[in-house]
Amino acid sequence: MDTLPSPFSGNDAGQLSGPRSEPLTAEQLRELFSLMVAVRHLDSSAIAWQRQGIIPGYAPELGQEAAQVGSGYAVDTTRDFVFPTYREMGVARAMGVDMVAYMSTHKATWHGGLYDPLQSRLAPIQAVVGGSVLHAVGWAHGQTLDQKDGVAMTYFGDGASSQGDIHEAMNFAAVMKAPVVFFVQNNGWAISVPTERQVAGGSVAARAAGYGMPALRIDGNDVVAVVEATRRAFAHARAGNGPVLIEAMTYRRGPHSTSDDPGRYRSLNEERDDAGEDPLERFRRRLLADGVADEAFFAEALAAAKAEVEHIRAGIQALGSRPGTEMFDLVFQETTPALQAQAANWREESEHV
Amino acid sequence: MSNAILESGAAMADGTPRRGVEQLSMQQALNLALDEVLAANPKALVFGEDCGRLGGVFRVTDGLQAKYGTGRVFDTPLAESGILGMSVGLAMAGFHPIPEVQFDGFAYPAINQIVCQIARMNYRSRGTMPMPITLRVPSFGGIRAPEHHGESLEALFAHVPGLKVVSPSNPHEAYHLLKYAAARPDPVVFMEPKSRYWQKGEVDFDSADPAGSPAGAKVMRAGRHLTLVAWGAMVARCLQVAELAAEDGIDIEVLDLRWLKPIDEAALAASVRKTRRAVVVHEAPLTSGLGAEVAQLITQACFDTLKAPVERVTGFDVPYPSGDLEDEYIPNIDRILFGIQRVLEYKRG
Repeated sequence: MDTLPSPFSGNDAGQLSGPRSEPLTAEQLRELFSLMVAVRHLDSSAIAWQRQGIIPGYAPELGQEAAQVGSGYAVDTTRDFVFPTYREMGVARAMGVDMVAYMSTHKATWHGGLYDPLQSRLAPIQAVVGGSVLHAVGWAHGQTLDQKDGVAMTYFGDGASSQGDIHEAMNFAAVMKAPVVFFVQNNGWAISVPTERQVAGGSVAARAAGYGMPALRIDGNDVVAVVEATRRAFAHARAGNGPVLIEAMTYRRGPHSTSDDPGRYRSLNEERDDAGEDPLERFRRRLLADGVADEAFFAEALAAAKAEVEHIRAGIQALGSRPGTEMFDLVFQETTPALQAQAANWREESEHV
Repeated sequence: MSNAILESGAAMADGTPRRGVEQLSMQQALNLALDEVLAANPKALVFGEDCGRLGGVFRVTDGLQAKYGTGRVFDTPLAESGILGMSVGLAMAGFHPIPEVQFDGFAYPAINQIVCQIARMNYRSRGTMPMPITLRVPSFGGIRAPEHHGESLEALFAHVPGLKVVSPSNPHEAYHLLKYAAARPDPVVFMEPKSRYWQKGEVDFDSADPAGSPAGAKVMRAGRHLTLVAWGAMVARCLQVAELAAEDGIDIEVLDLRWLKPIDEAALAASVRKTRRAVVVHEAPLTSGLGAEVAQLITQACFDTLKAPVERVTGFDVPYPSGDLEDEYIPNIDRILFGIQRVLEYKRG
């Protein structure tokens, strides 16, 4: 993959209205680092938990910490709303979502996760590739109709960019000037298929021009660039200028999921060559060089991350199964006689009550 | 189309529900129901392809954009998945979307959003994000239309956990069922029998349903010898059949199922316990059609009293045919009468 200078390297940053956001303070930079360490540690722990049988599966995001933490950090949870896929743990963490409730989806407790999406400002975890992108457009159009200033941010990847719904979403958003930030993590791989076999023309961002939509193609492994680009995109959409697309170039360093075997489609040498520098290590060196943080701070951040992950593990392990009645009770707001009868049969035959 | 409805509708700009009885077409009744829903619920939105300025290809949304503005009644780009996916987001934001899919066959491009998103969001979000979406789908055949304009998708929708499905059979039902569906907190697929849009009938505004709640089935004609179960455009045909059969002394009950999910099992049982014979009529193909479900529900509830197996008179297991052949496909009076005859003449082995 090309190494992209940072930020706004691709195109059209100039299309975005408004001034650049304030530079990040030293405290904010350290906060970003702490978030990235927490996410990295939770991510690697979740893989271990899967191997230990604590959770049945997980979709790692190793290598995407900067893209996820940086974009999630830019969200204003008092008014914005985020529409994730199934690989946005770093976004959820940066937004302050309850991580036991978030990780419960990987514990197979409940598909959408146990967190309250309305309170968290994070839509339920979405397993359909590209499935929630149109939802963001609808939610954003609702902001326009209600004359509110919230912005919807929706996540998808290079693989999802092949889906028809992505085209429909971008076209709808652009026609309606809906306040949407389309945040694309181009991580090089859709399970086993590389971007060059997925994205004709080589760039999702380039497609935005066809919708008359500004796009930023950024170095997704530079957390500062990601925060700045996302903030500018939010400001642009919030000001009533319509949607923006950000293509954050990153690399999926791990497998697609804990069931995947990347050795069948890429070699370790290729991984080393293509992945570039680890975004966390890169940020660490930058903070050190700029005198923003020292080794003591890094050690402190790691210790905090370990404590946090230990707390999450305990929370996950303490989660029991949801009561089986929820299968029936949560289908509708107004249940049906057939569902009530099935629930009664289930109770009688399965719980012997 | 007649502008009478729009003129009188304009006089009711405060959205006050009407009183008394009027002769209206189903298209007019639906238009009036939407008008009242928009007036009563500021969060209700009507949108889809050509729903705004044109008033819909069947004019069901005629005049609504002029009355409620382009924010509440609007045209979307031509993409059904987009329309339905957008509806999910609007529902999450607290709106009550009433999207239209222009023709039944165009629900297929949106099936992912309907099945995987609309139907499941309440469940996935543990009840925190209800989907009060009323999806209007002009449905069924009978108008000599091109391919994909005459499909009967009720079994497909009814099979999906999380969806409710309803189909009105006449203007009165259309008016009351649409108002009822649009007040529900769950997604309802509202299948409008497009061949009945222009037939007029009496709409009694004062009474949603003299026979009970608009949530269940409804006896459209009481009879003693056999129950015809139907919905949508087939109800009117079954009523015709009942009149013909009456000439031969056969007294047929016609049950308008109305709700295809949930199915009113109690009404089916009550009717067939009385008549002891049943024929289900639908336009959709036979195999795995809703008739099979209805037949099973009747058999389960009435096995001891049934005098014959439940018969099905349906479309065939073929792609919906071109206009020249659609009268061969849709159950006609003769085929329904043959079905009735088979049941009446059934002899136990």
